[in-house]
Amino acid sequence: MQNLIDNFFAYTITGLTIGAVYALVALGYTLVYGVLRLINFAHSEVFMYGTFAALWVVMLLGGRPGAGVGQVIFWVAMMFVAAMAMSGFIAVLLERVAYRPLRKRNAPPLIALISAIGASFVLAEIMGLRSRITSWVGLDDNLRDYVRNSRNNAGMPTIIAPQPIFTIGGYHVTNVDVFVIVGAIAIMVLLDQFVKRSRLGRGIRAVAMDPESAALMGVNRDRVIQVTFLVGGVMAGAAAVFYMLKIGITRYDAGFILGVKAFTAAVLGGIGNLRGALLGGFILGLAENYGSAVVGSQWKDVVAFVLLILILLFRPTGLLGESLGKARA
Amino acid sequence: MRSTLKFAVPLAVAALALGACGTKGGDTATPPASGGAAACGNYKIGMFGALTGPNANLGIYIQNGVNLALDDYNKKHADCKVTLENYDSQGDPTQAPALAKKAIDDKKVVGIVGPAFSGESKAADPAFNEAGLVTITPSATNPKLADNGWKTFFRALGNDATQGPAASKYIKDTVKSTKTFVIDDASEYGKGLADIVRSDLGAQVIGNDTIQQKQTDFSASVTKVTSSGADALFFGGYSPEAAPLIKQLRDAGWKGTFVVADGVKDQSFIDNAKDAAEGTIITCPCVPADVAPDFQTAYKAKYNEDPNTYSGEGYDSATILLDGIAAGKDRASMVDFVKAYDKKGVTKQLKFDAKGESADIKVFAYKVEGGKIVSVGEIK
Repeated sequence: MQNLIDNFFAYTITGLTIGAVYALVALGYTLVYGVLRLINFAHSEVFMYGTFAALWVVMLLGGRPGAGVGQVIFWVAMMFVAAMAMSGFIAVLLERVAYRPLRKRNAPPLIALISAIGASFVLAEIMGLRSRITSWVGLDDNLRDYVRNSRNNAGMPTIIAPQPIFTIGGYHVTNVDVFVIVGAIAIMVLLDQFVKRSRLGRGIRAVAMDPESAALMGVNRDRVIQVTFLVGGVMAGAAAVFYMLKIGITRYDAGFILGVKAFTAAVLGGIGNLRGALLGGFILGLAENYGSAVVGSQWKDVVAFVLLILILLFRPTGLLGESLGKARA
Repeated sequence: MRSTLKFAVPLAVAALALGACGTKGGDTATPPASGGAAACGNYKIGMFGALTGPNANLGIYIQNGVNLALDDYNKKHADCKVTLENYDSQGDPTQAPALAKKAIDDKKVVGIVGPAFSGESKAADPAFNEAGLVTITPSATNPKLADNGWKTFFRALGNDATQGPAASKYIKDTVKSTKTFVIDDASEYGKGLADIVRSDLGAQVIGNDTIQQKQTDFSASVTKVTSSGADALFFGGYSPEAAPLIKQLRDAGWKGTFVVADGVKDQSFIDNAKDAAEGTIITCPCVPADVAPDFQTAYKAKYNEDPNTYSGEGYDSATILLDGIAAGKDRASMVDFVKAYDKKGVTKQLKFDAKGESADIKVFAYKVEGGKIVSVGEIK
């Protein structure tokens, strides 16, 4: 306990950093739940593909520590482009292959859930077997650096060397911490405005509120669902970039634990509620860090899930409770 | 057509994956001798450990050594070759019992090199003991494994009861740390080793933490270490966690010495932690490549790289079993043969005490320098 009090700001800032990543991934769960009433369990893999896209683009562009500011900005910008494109693509692909055929046949929701879990395994294993796949198509010589040890960690060069910028309560806040927290909040504000003000955002809210009336009013439901998946994927891509800048190491199964945490964050804040996902992510990140400080890091996950159970006991709809459809602009 | 495709594709993928596994072992281990002399038992030895998965490097280093021993044997006994059967546990204790059963049910398997890790040893060895199938582990170092009274358990290297104190001694005498932080990964191996270091260093340990395997975000542990003012950190665990841990510590500006043990002695640690790995001290009861120059040359000729962690121990373990086969032993009589074994191997004098522990034990220190793991000598 004393340790937590003494280093309160250190635990807080680092907790917010990882919380920002949870929140961005949680948005994907919440958005899809909002319009489809479906938990997209393969969303963790959407995030994982984003981390690899970010890693590969840095390798491709020859990212290394100690480069100039302009160079670093270019690399980070390319990470965003690659990761958002990859995650967005995977999310849309998922919707096309794993969900749309089921929806067309009016399959019960449980079937979609099974399809989601299956898709998650398939995506993770494809990444885990990427060296076999490249040697199968005869590209292993060209792509060796990208697919080597495909079931092991893959590390990215540290392109932004963490430098302390300012100090709060004895903790040196680094440029990476600031970039991740501020960047994540900025992206979430953008998304919030997109859902609130744009035409497509109105469509998303309309389908979430009442799919049939929305269709009668001329909203193309399939189109809206596709856009929802795309937006969720793009958010996961942004999360992947922040994750790679902060953690710097990924693996084919890196999405699993993070996905469970992000899903927890979404439920914590109130699934279907965008601001709830943001709040849930940050609370979860902080709770994990504080819990680790007080009772030991091995209890990190226990703390997170006990918190979830407690909140659901008293507020079964999550902290902010409202669904996407009911949220008024 | 569509429905057949749906089945055909996963099947083809599965077949491909299996085929790839098969050739991996098969291209090095020669196919079973067709026919052979009437006395030929067509025996196999098993390689039990992580051959895929995040810890695969440690298994493959051993497998390379085992294959080299098989080549030597099969060259001499071309009329009755021994083949290698791989039991890929991915280092996962939950997969170990089923694989053990598979090995036991295959009556041609007369001995096992492995299980490679302590956790899977604990899970699989009771079954091997019951079936009387001898196991010689070239790498599992948890001391308690030898206390179970398993008649089939042999260990071709020092355990953590020697590695732990050696690591403590190195931290005290060479690193000259006065404030040491200790972290473990709650695994059979990592926690066992870290607990030994904790009790050896006593009051010098200023903080403790436990992380989880597969964890990637270590921010809470990092804060604990940096705020404690520790000048050295001992981590009991494996490389998939060691790499992000040290990377995040260095990112947070921690300057102390990172000390780890044999579970991290794996090139992938450096590949992933990159510059953050520099200066890491690794203890290991495995002999450096240059101690056995003949073995080093042979290994290099076959694999185009220097022998790595436990390649030599893997070679020695397999050699003991192969000598047993050459002496006409089968599964039942192999246990006594191994128990009485006393010969010089590439790593040490190969001889076991009553508990199956290696009689001749050395612990070495290694250091990460310029992206390579280099030996800095025996810890005496």
